[in-house]
Amino acid sequence: MEVQVILFAIFAVGAIGSAIVTVTRKNPVASAMALVGHFFMLSGLYLTLEAQFVAAVQVLVYAGAIMVLVVFVIMLLNLGTEQQLAERSSYLRGTLGTLFAALFVILLALAITSNPSGANQLSSKAVEIGTTESIGQSLFTQYLFPFEAVSLLLLAALIGAVILAKRHVQEGA
Amino acid sequence: MDPIQLLIICAQAGMLVNLMLIAAAYMVLAERKVAAWIQGRVGPNRVGPWGLFQSFADVFKLYLKEDVVPAAADYKFHALAPIISIAVAITIYAVIPWSGPLVTIDGHSYGLAMAPQMNVAILIILAMTSVGVYGVALAGWSSNNKYSLMGGLRSAAQMISYELSMGLAVIGVVLISGSLNLVEIINSQIANGWNIMYQPVAFLIFFVTSLAETNRAPFDLPEAEPELVGGYHTEYTGMKFGLLYLAEYASMLAAGAIMATLFLGGWDMIPFVDEAALLGLAPDSIPMVVLGHITFVSKALLMVFVFIWIRWSLPRFRYDQLMNLGWKVLLPLALANIAVTGICLLLFG
Amino acid sequence: MNIDFFGSLPLVAIWLALGAIGIVIQAFVRNNTKLVFGYYVGTLALTAFLAILSSGAKGSSFGGMIVLGGYAAYFDVLFCGAGILAMLAARPYLDRLNAELDEFYTLMVSAVAGMMLMAHASNLVVLFVGVELMSISFYVMAGFLRTDIKSVESALKYFLLGAFATGFLVYGMAMLYGGTGSLDYVEIGKAVSNGTATYPMFLAIGTVLMAAGLSFKVAAFPFHQWAPDVYDGAPTVVTAFMSTAGKAAAFSAFNPVFAAIMPDGVGGITDTMRLALAVMAAVTMLVGNITAIAQTSVKRMLAFSSVAHAGYLMMGIVAGTAYGHSAIVFYLTAYMFMQMGSFVIVGYLEREQGDGSDIENYSGLSKQHPMLAAMMAMFMFSLAGIPPFAGFFGKYMLFYAAIQSGYTWLTIVAVASSVISVYFYLGLIVKMYFTDAPGKKTTFATGTAGFTIAICSVAILLLGIFPWLLTNIISTW
Repeated sequence: MEVQVILFAIFAVGAIGSAIVTVTRKNPVASAMALVGHFFMLSGLYLTLEAQFVAAVQVLVYAGAIMVLVVFVIMLLNLGTEQQLAERSSYLRGTLGTLFAALFVILLALAITSNPSGANQLSSKAVEIGTTESIGQSLFTQYLFPFEAVSLLLLAALIGAVILAKRHVQEGA
Repeated sequence: MDPIQLLIICAQAGMLVNLMLIAAAYMVLAERKVAAWIQGRVGPNRVGPWGLFQSFADVFKLYLKEDVVPAAADYKFHALAPIISIAVAITIYAVIPWSGPLVTIDGHSYGLAMAPQMNVAILIILAMTSVGVYGVALAGWSSNNKYSLMGGLRSAAQMISYELSMGLAVIGVVLISGSLNLVEIINSQIANGWNIMYQPVAFLIFFVTSLAETNRAPFDLPEAEPELVGGYHTEYTGMKFGLLYLAEYASMLAAGAIMATLFLGGWDMIPFVDEAALLGLAPDSIPMVVLGHITFVSKALLMVFVFIWIRWSLPRFRYDQLMNLGWKVLLPLALANIAVTGICLLLFG
Repeated sequence: MNIDFFGSLPLVAIWLALGAIGIVIQAFVRNNTKLVFGYYVGTLALTAFLAILSSGAKGSSFGGMIVLGGYAAYFDVLFCGAGILAMLAARPYLDRLNAELDEFYTLMVSAVAGMMLMAHASNLVVLFVGVELMSISFYVMAGFLRTDIKSVESALKYFLLGAFATGFLVYGMAMLYGGTGSLDYVEIGKAVSNGTATYPMFLAIGTVLMAAGLSFKVAAFPFHQWAPDVYDGAPTVVTAFMSTAGKAAAFSAFNPVFAAIMPDGVGGITDTMRLALAVMAAVTMLVGNITAIAQTSVKRMLAFSSVAHAGYLMMGIVAGTAYGHSAIVFYLTAYMFMQMGSFVIVGYLEREQGDGSDIENYSGLSKQHPMLAAMMAMFMFSLAGIPPFAGFFGKYMLFYAAIQSGYTWLTIVAVASSVISVYFYLGLIVKMYFTDAPGKKTTFATGTAGFTIAICSVAILLLGIFPWLLTNIISTW
């Protein structure tokens, strides 16, 4: 078997495992760290699929920036009583959740195997598509419009964050 | 990938990790020696000639010490934090181009560098630097100690703030060299002159943010001893403490090596001079590669020396000054640098 | 000057006005809400004007990312109009709460920009950016009164559920891409109608997930639970804006997306999907109207009725014909005016009487504010679908579209639920006209909100009596 396939399997199992840990831990820091691990596994999956840029950015943005802020906030709030914070898990919800998850997995499996031509393999162009150059190229040509529109989105989010966190609205006179 | 190749790569990685740990241990000694020199003292001189074996004595002592974990600490994360810190430093070492290819086996060439040809090497470095926050933050949090937590939080805030400027400073270099591949960046510097000449502002920003990212003075608020005892490693003893300590020096060396790669021409000895032709050697012959390696390491060590020098010369920032510098000075400066670089490239490039 | 440029001008204009100039103005002119208010109203008016100019443009721009002219230009005008009306209403409302900040108007305009992106989108990526731009502005606006616990609760609920729904939407987009290898509406549409999708199952899953995500945005059953709480808790002017323009934007995107992924007459899975949407529409109407009966707060009652109206509007999607789509456009326009008008009146009275959205506070309104009561009555008649107001004609078009496509049972449900809705709409009118006020209350000037109410009522009358004013425009697309 190829090394790539073996690595893919390892990362896939790791990703599922860390995802399960993320949702089952009661301690928020443990959950967050498991999620960080999950992002690393995803990044590994991307690497085995020849998507180097996405892999690096996955770690840089999700593990390195977003999750750091999450962990930061958890620590700042210092949720010492995490045992009380955690909701009691109800049987019904657990069963229903598992049931739906299982259904969805079956559905996806059906979908993946539904391809009439049976071409379930990595495209030969994957190596070229995954590079920073090709991503930059399509961002600034084909996807220029949405790319620029995202700047407006970020601006709105920025203003919103400032309003909610900083400006003081005096109420009711 | 055949088994032999895999084996060689594993051996290479093992060697690199060991070299790195020894280097980090020796940098501790260097720090003490330089500090002593600056303060007019002698410094460690008992173990071995000129105190050269002091590092081994230190590490040996740390191994023998009792590993104390506070009763109220979260022992799993307490153990995980140093591992993350050191692992992050090691991962950065994997992409640094320590040397060109030295030997060729079965058509694959190997040098001291693990994966310098990686297309997204710079992104990996930035990603790993930002992941490094977890080590410090978790160390602070899991100790269940106010001082530790304060140190961890400070460090997290500081690293997040300075990461931005660091990434933006690198963009200037990437614009000039036109690649995210570290070897290609070095090659472009060999051809066109070192990046520090074209990107002095970026170099300055990168240098300052590197100090902050490695928690070195004057940005060592996370472990500010007058206020926070030992900061995030207050509650660490034995080799766990040792790992945190080594990680700091290891990332210092990594920062030096990255600056050597990005700004100081990498293996290039003298800018604008073709050394290989001067010495009458082929550019990728073994002596040239070894010379290049020595040059590279000397540059990295020079930067480390500057780090140490600054630590023993400058006082520590206050927290608000630190944040102001990061957000109100370095970040706009880095953005302006990108704009100016872009315009210049458009006009003269 | 080519037509491409001209057609995308409204988008570019609002973009620049918001991102470049607006921010600079706010940075240098601090705390001058009057100036910022005027600037943004002017921006929206200019954008609407440019949109009218560009309405003749055809085709797409930016490499097929956005469509121009006609449909999109009409929605541009509609959103800008809604933005102006909401801003006019917001100024006195926020002023009274001492909560008027420049950033409120910035957010409102950025929400309008997002809606315009949604209407212009011809690519799922643009749609996603538009949805997010609109939603993020809404989340913040809902929680604008930071010290009001209801406002904060509403923002948090909206944000958490909205983020979840966006997840559905994006997953659906990913599935559509996986199934057809394209994010372009036209390409996806071709793949669906020619049956050339690489992974047909992915396409089906994608359709379901997209339907779920968009149903959340329009507040249709079973994704409607957030709407009453959010609409109730948010500042009333914000509710007026997001329950009308927000819904219109979601439908403006719903329409072309589902025209592409559920084309008429393909059969098979699309028919099943269509049936599912029809059932959703029916349940939405019933749930919205029946729950509205039980409400004692007028604001909450209107919130539930807005859920019911999402159900009516979905009938047009179910019909899937050109007539159905034009019915949606007509009803959205009418709905925007009547819902906005009634919410603004609620907001005004709420200001006047403290927590005045309780239905008891409306007793004797006809004597205290004869004009307001008359207009409120008009909005209620229109919402209930009673001629000669715009709501009647819109409903007629929607019902007719559904019957044409063979969904007679759906029309029967719709008529039945309309009859139910008459109960509470008329109940409010009875309260206003045939009961006496408990005591004398102080009154305030309506300020600029008066313009909003007046414009809304005139528009409803005009559209109700001369529906061809709008249907003629629609028929040119």
